Amino acid sequence: MANESTKAARPERQEMPAQDPQERAHNFYEVALGYTPEMAQLEASRCLQCKKPLCVTGCPVNVRIPEFIKALSEGNMWGAVEALKDKNSLPAICGRVCPQETQCEIKCVLSKKDKPVAIGRLERYVADWERTQGMRAPTLPSKNGKRVVIIGSGPAGLTAAGDLAKMGYTVEILEALHTPGGVLMYGIPEFRLPKAIVQSEIDYLKALGVTIRTDVVVGKLYTLDELLSEYDAVFLGTGAGLPMFMSIPGENLMGVYSANELLTRTNLMKAYLFPKWDTPVKVGKRVAVVGAGNVAMDSARCSLRLGAEEVHIVYRRSAAEVPARAEEVHHAQEEGIIFDFLTNPVEILGNQEGWVTGLRCIRMELGEPDASGRRRPIPIARSEFEMPMDTVVMALGTQPNPLVFTDAAQLERSRHGTAVCDEATGRTRMPRVWAGGDIVTGAATVISAMGAGRAAAQSIHQTLTGEPPHEPD
Amino acid sequence: MYPILKKQVLTPVTKLYVIEAPEIARKAQAGQFVILRITEEGERIPLTIADYDARAGTITIVVQELGKTTRQLGTFEEGDSLASFTGPLGRPTEIENYGTTLVVGGGLGIAPIYPIARSLREAGNHVIGIIGARNKELLFWEEELRSVTDELIVVTDDGSYMRKALVTVPLKELLESGRKIDRIWGIGPAIMMKFIAATSEPFGVPTIVSLNSIMVDGTGMCGACRVSVGGRTRFACVDGPEFDGHQVDWNLLLSRQRGYLDKEKEALQAYEAQLAENKR
Ligand SMILES: Cc1cc2nc3c(=O)[nH]c(=O)nc-3n(C[C@H](O)[C@H](O)[C@H](O)COP(=O)(O)OP(=O)(O)OC[C@H]3O[C@@H](n4cnc5c(N)ncnc54)[C@H](O)[C@@H]3O)c2cc1C
Ligand SMILES: Cc1cc2nc3c(=O)[nH]c(=O)nc-3n(C[C@H](O)[C@H](O)[C@H](O)COP(=O)(O)OP(=O)(O)OC[C@H]3O[C@@H](n4cnc5c(N)ncnc54)[C@H](O)[C@@H]3O)c2cc1C
Ligand code: SF4
Ligand code: SF4
Ligand code: FES
Repeated sequence: MANESTKAARPERQEMPAQDPQERAHNFYEVALGYTPEMAQLEASRCLQCKKPLCVTGCPVNVRIPEFIKALSEGNMWGAVEALKDKNSLPAICGRVCPQETQCEIKCVLSKKDKPVAIGRLERYVADWERTQGMRAPTLPSKNGKRVVIIGSGPAGLTAAGDLAKMGYTVEILEALHTPGGVLMYGIPEFRLPKAIVQSEIDYLKALGVTIRTDVVVGKLYTLDELLSEYDAVFLGTGAGLPMFMSIPGENLMGVYSANELLTRTNLMKAYLFPKWDTPVKVGKRVAVVGAGNVAMDSARCSLRLGAEEVHIVYRRSAAEVPARAEEVHHAQEEGIIFDFLTNPVEILGNQEGWVTGLRCIRMELGEPDASGRRRPIPIARSEFEMPMDTVVMALGTQPNPLVFTDAAQLERSRHGTAVCDEATGRTRMPRVWAGGDIVTGAATVISAMGAGRAAAQSIHQTLTGEPPHEPD
Repeated sequence: MYPILKKQVLTPVTKLYVIEAPEIARKAQAGQFVILRITEEGERIPLTIADYDARAGTITIVVQELGKTTRQLGTFEEGDSLASFTGPLGRPTEIENYGTTLVVGGGLGIAPIYPIARSLREAGNHVIGIIGARNKELLFWEEELRSVTDELIVVTDDGSYMRKALVTVPLKELLESGRKIDRIWGIGPAIMMKFIAATSEPFGVPTIVSLNSIMVDGTGMCGACRVSVGGRTRFACVDGPEFDGHQVDWNLLLSRQRGYLDKEKEALQAYEAQLAENKR
């Protein structure tokens, strides 16, 4: 354990170089620039190589953190890649978007007295190095003659597809949109997760022999029963893509967007390149984003980059309850996003032509903890006030899209619209159908969706071949 | 890629395309639509399935050239391909034997009303059709509609062909004549559907309209297509596009359709500038 002398010798946690806030607020280039080799070495040297690494217990997929950091500090980059990818097939993505401060890093022993090892940044560094080595030529296993269809191409589907392909399955992915990648492509903006990185993961899957068919809406073009007659197993990774609104007056005015619409137009359809790309988006000078999760931060920061002059995050709880990743909140603040805490919209105001002109809000205070364990926000009587606004973005959370459940009565659904399945394996009550990711958990994280895809692939393999699970370790 | 097998000019502003899409053709039903992109940089635009042929594996769309995307599509020829083509989307028309049904198609709406009329007829309904256009030049598919209706009334706004009237005029006359009409479908520009619904409402005849709100994904994930029906917000792409016309908040639909007018103009100007550039 760290004694005084090693503590004195330990370098500071290496900050991530980033684009200047003033400049980046007007472009879609990546904000965080990545470590230099020297910074990566310094940061790696901070790891104590714990015998019982607590950090690993904080990671939903138990990445072999000390091993990959050790290999990195020994200059054994391929060794680092191997240790990292043993548990996480999308490290370039997770290193960028995982909420490390509530997962691996919060558990790091250093965080008790010092700042934790920057595990996510090191993960990104190793994965980015690997990408510069050119595309890995995958070793193709011999086919086992079984066919699996994956519905949805987000992190859950991509991971399940990759794992199954490597085990010899013929894998086909069906995706409703015209581009595969799920939230990684349509939701999370370029400045946080460059699309080329997601694309290279998709290209790798194709090299593994996975076929991807876009423009296929399951529930419309095929039902689950039809797919089951053609494939040995089905994996549902359709995410939680249904936007929620508040049901307050004025919500259908022009200028009110769901975060999904704003982000899809902007990221998937590249509205920031309009009219070179055909899809427009209309963001006014003053924008209010309702909610404070990652989706809200992305909406606010996209609005700024699309030309808004003043962007507010309107959140009914306080700063302590903000669910977004710490880094996103920090970056948003640096870029000048204004946070209105303990504030809840009650009405959206509009003009004769049907356009938004403002937001009527009420002040809140925190009461007793609610079911989520967070203190419940309570409106303060007669505290209503108005804010002039041109655009309002609703980022209140999402639910699973029910389309995929069309004509699949056997597939059980919870009160929240999520698919019911065995948590450890993803197996649903409908024979030969598995599910994982946001469709099961509701809006969660990339790494948990990936973990669920991986677990389901193992369970599918075990069920279809009768072989014991392929136990890593 | 989705190849164009056949292209036909129907009117100076309307073109028909037959697209090779065998799986969609197998599933398509009257009342449903597709969303297509013509190029990789293209916008997703919704278009009603005007005809489908499961055996040939084709979907027919009829497109009115309004803005950038529909005009650029007009330059595509047989053999060219669309970048994406997704469907069948939306709920199909509820086809039953209602008795006597009336289908009203105005302008471009003549195309989507055709498969509905055909399906109603196949289900045993007596089908009366009313189709109309601004003038003779803009009218298309008269023969097609005649082949799937038991009676057909044709009108033009300016009287350049057949009777000079708006489609609501013969509609009102039929309703007033005391003939029993069990159900009406009206498809056309939003303003026309609004008047069709207003005309039939006093007579209490259920009237179904197809709402053409602005759409993005067409699967329920964005909410761009929000409409208000019976005081409730619905997503036209998954809850519709057909709704009870007497319950629709028409002013909301009309105002939301205008949401991108300035951007649409900008897109068209950029496109025309590029065309001029290419000519030089
Ligand atoms: C804007 C935004 C920012 C986020 N930021 C972070 C972050 O920083 N860190 C983090 O860990 N998590 C973040 N998340 C959450 C994370 O992205 C999700 O938890 C994760 O993507 C879920 O993965 P998934 O594979 O279950 O589904 P998704 O990524 O949602 O993918 C589902 C796919 O299925 C497709 N689909 C849906 N229905 C059908 C159908 N019927 N037929 C065919 N295809 C269908 C969809 O089009 C989609 O492509 C963010 C989410 C959003 C929206
Ligand atoms: C369910 C449905 C079925 C439709 N069926 C047909 C059809 O069979 N034939 C046909 O010609 N048109 C149809 N439309 C309308 C068609 O989608 C628009 O005319 C087209 O998107 C215009 O694109 P543009 O770029 O050429 O014109 P733009 O300049 O972009 O727009 C012209 C007009 O089209 C509307 N519009 C623009 N973008 C969209 C969009 N993404 N979704 C919906 N409307 C939009 C706007 O209200 C605008 O007034 C349908 C629309 C819907 C919603
Ligand atoms: S995958 Fe995420 S949680 Fe796990 S070690 Fe990497 S950054 Fe941490
Ligand atoms: S990252 Fe932290 S907890 Fe993990 S091995 Fe290193 S010092 Fe220990
Ligand atoms: S078009 Fe996106 S929800 Fe209907």
